[in-house]
Amino acid sequence: MRYEAPESLEGAVALLASAKDARVLAGGTDLLVQMRADVLDPELIVDIKKIPETRAVTEEKGGWRIGAAVTGAELKEHPRLKKVWPGVVEAANLIGSTQVQGRATMGGNLCNGSPAADSVPALIAAGAVATLAGPKGKRDLPVEDVMLGPRKLALEKGEIVASFFLPPQPARSSDAYLRFIPRTEMDIAVVGAGVSLTVDGAGIVTAARVSLGAVAARVLLVAEAAQAIVGSRLDAAAQERLEAAARAACRPIDDKRGTVEFRIQVAGVLARRAALIALDRARSN
Amino acid sequence: MAKHHIEATVNGDAVEFLCETEETLLDVLRDTLNLTGSKEGCASGDCGACSVMLDGRLVCSCLVLGCEVSGRKVETIEGMAKGESLHPLQQQFLKSAALQCGICTPGVLVASKALLERSPDPTETEIRYWLAGNLCRCTGYDKIVSAVMDAAATMRKG
Amino acid sequence: MAETNGHTNGQTNGHPQGFVGTRQIRPDGVDKVTGRARFGADFNLPGQLIGRVLRSPHPHARIVSIDTSKAEALPGVKAVITREDFGDQPSEFIPAGEMMMNYKDVVRNVMAREKALYEGHAVAAVAATTTAIARRALKLIDVKYEVLPHVIDVVEAMRPDAPLLHDDLFTVGVEPKPEKPSNIAKRVEIKVGDVEAGFKKADLIIEREFKTAPVHQGYIEPHAALATVSEDGATELWTTTQGHFIVRAHCARLLGLDMGKVRVTATEIGGGFGGKTVVYLEPLAIALSRKAKRPVKMVMSREEVFKSSGPTSGATVRVKMGATRDGKFVAAFAELKYQAGAFQGSPVQPGTMCAYAPYDIEHVHVIGYDVVSNRPKVAAYRAPGAPISEYAVESVVDEIAKKLGLDPIELRMMNAAHEGTKAAYGPKFGPIGLEETLNSIKKTEHWNTPLRKWQGRGVASGFWFNIGGETSVSLTVNEDGTISLMAGTPDIGGLRAALASVAADELGVPYDKVRPIIGDTGSVSFNFLTGGSRSAFSGSMAIVEAAKQIKNELIARACKLWEAKPDQVEWKDGAVRPLGALAEKVKPMTIAEFAKISGKLGGPIGGVGRINAQGAGPSFGTHLVDLEVDPETGRTTILRYTVAQDAGRALHPAYVEGQFQGGAVQGIGWALNEEYIYGEDGKLQNAGFLDYRMPVASDVPMIDAILVEVGNPKHPYGVRGVGETPIVPPLGAIANAMESATGIRFTELPMSPPKVLKALKEQGRNKA
Repeated sequence: MRYEAPESLEGAVALLASAKDARVLAGGTDLLVQMRADVLDPELIVDIKKIPETRAVTEEKGGWRIGAAVTGAELKEHPRLKKVWPGVVEAANLIGSTQVQGRATMGGNLCNGSPAADSVPALIAAGAVATLAGPKGKRDLPVEDVMLGPRKLALEKGEIVASFFLPPQPARSSDAYLRFIPRTEMDIAVVGAGVSLTVDGAGIVTAARVSLGAVAARVLLVAEAAQAIVGSRLDAAAQERLEAAARAACRPIDDKRGTVEFRIQVAGVLARRAALIALDRARSN
Repeated sequence: MAKHHIEATVNGDAVEFLCETEETLLDVLRDTLNLTGSKEGCASGDCGACSVMLDGRLVCSCLVLGCEVSGRKVETIEGMAKGESLHPLQQQFLKSAALQCGICTPGVLVASKALLERSPDPTETEIRYWLAGNLCRCTGYDKIVSAVMDAAATMRKG
Repeated sequence: MAETNGHTNGQTNGHPQGFVGTRQIRPDGVDKVTGRARFGADFNLPGQLIGRVLRSPHPHARIVSIDTSKAEALPGVKAVITREDFGDQPSEFIPAGEMMMNYKDVVRNVMAREKALYEGHAVAAVAATTTAIARRALKLIDVKYEVLPHVIDVVEAMRPDAPLLHDDLFTVGVEPKPEKPSNIAKRVEIKVGDVEAGFKKADLIIEREFKTAPVHQGYIEPHAALATVSEDGATELWTTTQGHFIVRAHCARLLGLDMGKVRVTATEIGGGFGGKTVVYLEPLAIALSRKAKRPVKMVMSREEVFKSSGPTSGATVRVKMGATRDGKFVAAFAELKYQAGAFQGSPVQPGTMCAYAPYDIEHVHVIGYDVVSNRPKVAAYRAPGAPISEYAVESVVDEIAKKLGLDPIELRMMNAAHEGTKAAYGPKFGPIGLEETLNSIKKTEHWNTPLRKWQGRGVASGFWFNIGGETSVSLTVNEDGTISLMAGTPDIGGLRAALASVAADELGVPYDKVRPIIGDTGSVSFNFLTGGSRSAFSGSMAIVEAAKQIKNELIARACKLWEAKPDQVEWKDGAVRPLGALAEKVKPMTIAEFAKISGKLGGPIGGVGRINAQGAGPSFGTHLVDLEVDPETGRTTILRYTVAQDAGRALHPAYVEGQFQGGAVQGIGWALNEEYIYGEDGKLQNAGFLDYRMPVASDVPMIDAILVEVGNPKHPYGVRGVGETPIVPPLGAIANAMESATGIRFTELPMSPPKVLKALKEQGRNKA
């Protein structure tokens, strides 16, 4: 098994394109576990952490560009990011433990291809766009279009996620991410809900995005759930519509972490609760 | 395939070692560098018994490859005491009986030290959430949390 | 966080108390906080090989053939073993901790013979120069399996048409003896009075059925062993174990070795809770080392620990209790069905014994079934069997209290076993502390704090009988007067501190002048394992014996030296002291002073305590828990927890509190989230700490510990074992608190969120 740590995107792309079975190493919190469990046996590991574009957090055109290999802990320590995107930052910092957050990255979280990934619903709700680098050059893809199913990505051979772009946020906007786990920490999300929204001066929701994780084969962007609350003050009736729309979108499975019935029920509860938190944050922005 | 030749700093000492690509930092610490204080409880980042500091960041050494630490700084439980003086956390853990079998203790101490370096006056809740990645099956966490709070108070007094 | 009730009943029989009862720094502590202490996987020998085990992927299969030739040919592989390397063992039951095992089953559990009986069952093992080569070698071993239908659930395994695990297993304890084999290994029973007559006198009868899932002890340190065998058969073994003498016995037996040639060192142990009272890797490591003629080190992965080491039983329990309207329990019946895993030996017997032990009931009838199924062979888990049966009983007791409108503590007080009560399983209790623990809980601020909506409070009591057993300890007085203490029961959580305190007080020397170690099997006489809450109880008793020998010897030497008679001297405060007129002629002499001239007075000074400790006193406990349920998600948060337990006499209060707290949190995990999850295919789906959900630090609050001390008159210091009782009450207490919070009686553990939400939704109450 070879290990390479290229210092440029082009270098990483070339290595990944040429090897038969190569894997990207960012935080290693999924890759190393799968290698130890004999699920993966790559011939080449490409460590992308020496590539500057994957490690930077910069303001860009009024929005934010976050490198794919920035760790959750680093996101939490960034002086301004969590004020603008508290939901994205808190989602990345729910992955695993303090130790895991010291290594785990949003790029890895997305590309591991699990619909239960914590940071993905928050990124989708935020309207994040993934910038991919590949043999044919760079291209952008909305995050909701990157994960197609469990362990299935829309990436072509040799392509990697280099960074995420979070769009400029209008005034009085914010986001929130909630997940359901049976313990208080350490579990994989049984249901995840990310909501971002904008309110006007009168307290009416003018824009919203709702994303649900762990309730389908991919992380969902639920347009109907957003429509349910746009134009409202997120009053009780709007909350009920939101819950119903969230539940209607779920296509979950029974597994060791939760039942179909449980996931559907809780998806509605979390969508509502996350929306209320986002609303509260947006009002004070 | 030839092994990687890695130079790094471990507990302040310059070290050199060879490792295969698939060897984790935990494997290297325990099997090559004979620093067996960091423990393997799960090899999947779920128990924290292998906790170390990597360039000042608390991580599970079972989730870091040995070849990743080239040129970097690693701090393990073995480096926590300074000469004959135990760190206040180590002393408090002994005083408070905050360990029973002791297998989780190195990881808990490394993690607690990282917390107090960032947050010298943590609340009980902050401590519990910071240490959520350090499984303990013997103590029920009560005396561990008390010991961290008491050590923090001692350290704040200077 | 602890209050001591301070009942000692004067139970120290004149023994001095300087360090006993105080919070000394444990002698092995510095090594444990610096990473220096060496646990099982921390030992290495030059030239060692790495051993790994090939395990069955099938829950039930006949092993048709095993071809190891390709593995043996792989460069770097130095030995391969299979069932061929172990002689068969005739049927013989032996004690295994507080349970029983049969050697015929032990040899088959260690290495499958005719069949693989669970996913993870060892089928072959290799020793190679590197881990990578060993893993590759396993892939080259060709095992031909004939897959058979499997059975997992205990009730299904009891059906006459269930897949049969052993065609030579005929139920013991039923009349007439069965002609057909089955999966029911044994039926046990205890009976006092006539429950049918008793139920006729009841104003209220409650009957309920409960179900629990297997749970693992969850020790953070996986099993590990390092063996080296010389050409003359001398064997050295380092292993993380609760009983190195037991390990020696098993290995000697399974491999045909003389016990005297096998020297086993118990390394520091990273948790056991009963799960390390049996052998898994040790016989394999020795067999491989013998074949390879090099040391062999073996360490289980976390997945192997879950799949291949014994959790405790899952069970189905039916409880029927009758009470008068004033709350007097008049009759109690229970039927326990415990699943033993692949080989017989579930803890159904102690489960049967403990079910109603906290109560004085005239008519009691408990039946228990030990049932095999295609899961790993069950091993002891802290008070084996009792948490399950007492969960069921404490739930019904709680329901009786509610239906009769009685305070749950008052109801238990009314029926509490006390000194003189004859337990349904036989013995008459001496002084016991159940009522004291109930009173302690009643007096707490916790009990008297009001609750809010969706919050609930539950209380439950529990019991474990504790054991004594064979124990050997030696005390050596060194030339400078310091004391070397060698015990032989592995220290799993503070034992050395407790024993050093006792030795220091017995000999009147400072605590830090006593250095305790745990001796290997070649250095100290036989010790039964650390389990049954016996190590401090028995160890301290043996130390008193050993110290007595030293004191008697020094008195004799003083008499010789001073030309005095025994009635002219006394031992007091660490010295032999002249009495009366003699005191004007000679000065007292301390141990250190005798030690300095030991050669002149007869030779080295030491004492040995070799006992079969009797008189273990049961420990009763009562737990109180507050919790809050989120009705929209079914998630439970433990808000507050108090433990009151009778320790008899706490040799080291902090480590006794630690036992209370640790057991309570294990109980919280068992009640709310822990369970073995099997697929239809009979394979374990959650063989890791991610999905086998043990409590993390943020899941639990502080655990308040109240030390009750009702001295055990049969122990020189009044000590009772304390390690196991703490895990017995939590299941019932938490289930009772859930009922209090939700109005729903959960009769199936764990009470995980999907189950709770479903129950609330069925009643339309899943709203804040």
